[in-house]
Amino acid sequence: MNPALIVFFVLAALSVIGALSLILQKHPIHSALSLIVVMVSLAGLYLSMGAEFVAAVQIIVYGGAIMVLFVFVIMLLNAGEEEHTDFSKLAKFGGLPLALALTGLLAAAMIHHAGSVPNPANPDALASTSSISMMLFSTFVYPFELTSFLILIAIMGALVLAQREKT
Amino acid sequence: MVPTQYYLILSAILFGLGAVAFVVKRNIITLFMSIELMLNAVNLAFVAFSQARGKLDGQVFVLFVIVVAAAEAAVGLGIIILTARNRRSLNVERVDLLKL
Repeated sequence: MNPALIVFFVLAALSVIGALSLILQKHPIHSALSLIVVMVSLAGLYLSMGAEFVAAVQIIVYGGAIMVLFVFVIMLLNAGEEEHTDFSKLAKFGGLPLALALTGLLAAAMIHHAGSVPNPANPDALASTSSISMMLFSTFVYPFELTSFLILIAIMGALVLAQREKT
Repeated sequence: MVPTQYYLILSAILFGLGAVAFVVKRNIITLFMSIELMLNAVNLAFVAFSQARGKLDGQVFVLFVIVVAAAEAAVGLGIIILTARNRRSLNVERVDLLKL
């Protein structure tokens, strides 16, 4: 068996187990830790696809910044175990088939379109990081500048939301 | 070399699990985490298509998605802190002012 395939299956199994654990864990801090497992294994997959810059950003921004923010809020709000709620009969018996149908539909649609994509001659020719920076500052320079506005607005929004009301 | 289809199937599975988690979970923070899981699944599809086509546009888009996710996490967690402060609970079923 191809070593690339083995790496793919190990990382894919790890990410699916992490996502299942996100659903099955009762405590939000356990869910957050399983989401970190998903993100790190996805970073490994990006690395195996030759997208090393995206893999680094995934670990630094997602696994680092965003998840630390989540864990911080869970600790700050002292979130306890989830309250158990009863599912309706309809949700119990209709939910799983519908979820499977959604997954199957998505996979079928994407694979259908992937079939019409011509395979590149040599995928190793992508000199990733420097080409990404060239594209980011030439073709995508306006969206790139817009993201700085987005982050500025997000900072202001977070500040306004989190401050205590003046009495 | 791993076929692109495998990555796409994994991406669909992760998206489906994220959607299930969004509907099943009751804790507002966990709901937010399942949104992040769905964004991650979409990122995986972007990178897989980028690799299949031999173009880097998909990877640049992943960077934009990550930026939007970071901004969303900052604002969303601010909203969660506000909700928890007002309702004294993290259960989404307690947030039902707009419910008939």
